[in-house]
Amino acid sequence: MSGHPAAAAGFLIDAERAAWHDQSLWFMRQKRDAGSAIPEWESLRLAGQALKTHAMSRLADLLEEFERRATANGVQVHWARDAQAHNEIVLGILRSAGVTRVSKSKSMLTEECGLNPFLEAQGIEVVDTDLGERIVQLAKEPPSHIVIPAIHWKREEIGELFHRTMGTPAGETSPDALAAAARVHLRDALLNAGAGITGANALVAETGGVVVCTNEGNADLGMHSPPIHIACAGIEKMIATRDDLGVLLRLLARSGTGQPVTAYTTHVTTPRAGSAMHVVLVDNGRTKRLADATMRSALHCIRCGACLNTCPVYRRSGGYSYGHVIQGPIGAILAPAVDLDRHHTLPFASTLCGSCGDVCPVRIDIPAQLLAWRARSAAAGRLPRGYASIFPLLGRVLSKLDRYEFAARMARRFQKVIPASWLSGRWNPWTRPGRALPVIADESFREWARRAGRGS
Amino acid sequence: MCGESSVKKTLVFVHELVASSPTRSRGGADGVVIETRQRFGGATFDLMMRVALAVPCYVDQFRPEAARATLTLLERLGCEVSLGFDAPCCGQPMFNAGVVTAARGAAHEWARASAEFDAIVMPSGSCTHHVRHHVPALLDDEASRHAARVTYELCEFIAGVLGKPQLTGRFPHRVAMHLGCHAQRGLRLGGSTELHEPPQGPMHTLLSGLDGVDIVPLDRPDECCGFGGSFAVGEAEVSVVMGRDKLADVARHGAEVLVSSDPSCLLHLDAIVRHGGSSLRTMHIAELLEEATR
Repeated sequence: MSGHPAAAAGFLIDAERAAWHDQSLWFMRQKRDAGSAIPEWESLRLAGQALKTHAMSRLADLLEEFERRATANGVQVHWARDAQAHNEIVLGILRSAGVTRVSKSKSMLTEECGLNPFLEAQGIEVVDTDLGERIVQLAKEPPSHIVIPAIHWKREEIGELFHRTMGTPAGETSPDALAAAARVHLRDALLNAGAGITGANALVAETGGVVVCTNEGNADLGMHSPPIHIACAGIEKMIATRDDLGVLLRLLARSGTGQPVTAYTTHVTTPRAGSAMHVVLVDNGRTKRLADATMRSALHCIRCGACLNTCPVYRRSGGYSYGHVIQGPIGAILAPAVDLDRHHTLPFASTLCGSCGDVCPVRIDIPAQLLAWRARSAAAGRLPRGYASIFPLLGRVLSKLDRYEFAARMARRFQKVIPASWLSGRWNPWTRPGRALPVIADESFREWARRAGRGS
Repeated sequence: MCGESSVKKTLVFVHELVASSPTRSRGGADGVVIETRQRFGGATFDLMMRVALAVPCYVDQFRPEAARATLTLLERLGCEVSLGFDAPCCGQPMFNAGVVTAARGAAHEWARASAEFDAIVMPSGSCTHHVRHHVPALLDDEASRHAARVTYELCEFIAGVLGKPQLTGRFPHRVAMHLGCHAQRGLRLGGSTELHEPPQGPMHTLLSGLDGVDIVPLDRPDECCGFGGSFAVGEAEVSVVMGRDKLADVARHGAEVLVSSDPSCLLHLDAIVRHGGSSLRTMHIAELLEEATR
């Protein structure tokens, strides 16, 4: 085993912890169910799908409109073709202002670009100010979930981590006490940073504004305390009008955490007097995705995390099993476009149960794209081990009745003479994790029908 | 009833006839499924539907009793059932594994075998979903579109096409219901919690209409059981944990019977039950309805 199956099997070795992980995320799914139980929910989803489809269909125009308005507002707009260009733009801004310490609120885009290690290698200290992000940063880990990055951490473990890194009392596990300690610790980073980096939940073409949503207010402190604010955003965050936010923000908060709206929702358009504001617009594969009609709608994703929470495979395999910055079903259709060789097992890490498509607030047909990626993996010769030899053969056997019946009769004889213990050895993935062998019936339905004088 | 006077027609046409003249259709133990007299230019024909039972490969081999129960049940409901459907598999296993080229042969054969029937009933939501939603896109020919139009999952056929959502039967047991995901979210044959829908759909209706049945509510009523075709072996560890969790949910609510309209889910769940030595009885919905209406 390699890729996702191996990592998932590793995650499941600690069965108790895996069950806890599953239940924690199921709780998030239940919060989403309660939060989205409003009469207009399906209309909202349709509206969300429509506004994102519209925005992606005229993305070039909207980006230019955004740049015009933002520039007129006194914001400096930068264009980055890829992750490297993005990182260098951010570094350039920091260098020219002599900044050596930055605070950063939650941003999957900067995770995607590997901004933290890049800046740290240049001698710039980066403090993640989202509590969950800070936990995984202190633990020197990547996030395991796009919305709740430290969901795989138990509070006892967080207490121990904080004891080690922040000097909280040993054995402290009260969430209130730990959060209070983190607040003091983070406030120092926020107030003493030379620049604040944020992500963006939306870029509004009509206003040239950047919209940032948090529940902790850390992005607001980060963008309003230091003299420089840098917002880093993928170009797919673009929407046409401010009115669109009325749909998007409701969908985002209700899908992500079940809240009607995030606690802090900031639409920032102009730099404060005496300070600078930058927006870095990042492509990094997005325009290529846009040109791909089959997979295009994955760009509609608003990173709410609902598909992760509902995914029975994500819940039982953990975020790290995906080996990609975006996990779960949406990650499984985004990652192969980045590197099919590396991520080819991800589209197969799904039962195609369809739950992700049904919770998606912008109605991305994730199951259809999972299937399409499987076909592309096959065409590229990157199938999971064994598939390339088994399925073409199976296809030949199952395409003609006589071949199929012959093979079935052989299998039945085989089953009778080979000891069950051999058939259920460690090599057999059907039985290995705890399943009895399937039993081929002594008489198939077709054989019975022929015996009864009715069959074909 | 499938005598020389039978006239082939599409099911769409049957639907229209039945909808426009419900008194002309009759059913039940004494009659045929749908029989409508229609006049064409002075001549009179008996219009009838030929119903074929299509048994998916793995049901044929691993659970033939589900196919026999389906046959008995359909006949008991007044259908005349042909067993002349002579293709073994719709091609789903290969298709879902991504090996699309290997799925064509089986799908093609399946579409060919469908040509002579006006209605094809399958005791599997997952295969029905594949035939209806994937095969026409894969083959893009008239035969596959015909197959997609005339193929029905058993419960939707009984409740919807036969128009018998309420059967006369008795099943005095605590039953946990598991709809396969492709029936649930692909064919929309169940109420989905993601869409805030209550339990509903043909299987739920048929089951809840039986005397004495007690449908237990599950904590996660539409969570996947973990089978997923090639997933069951490609991601074997996750697959089995999902199955165990489903069975634990069923056990927590004191169900004696776990019923599904998808034999593939049952193949996987039953294997976990047998490995663990639990006393839970797994049944296909055809087996349950057949037993209940004896």
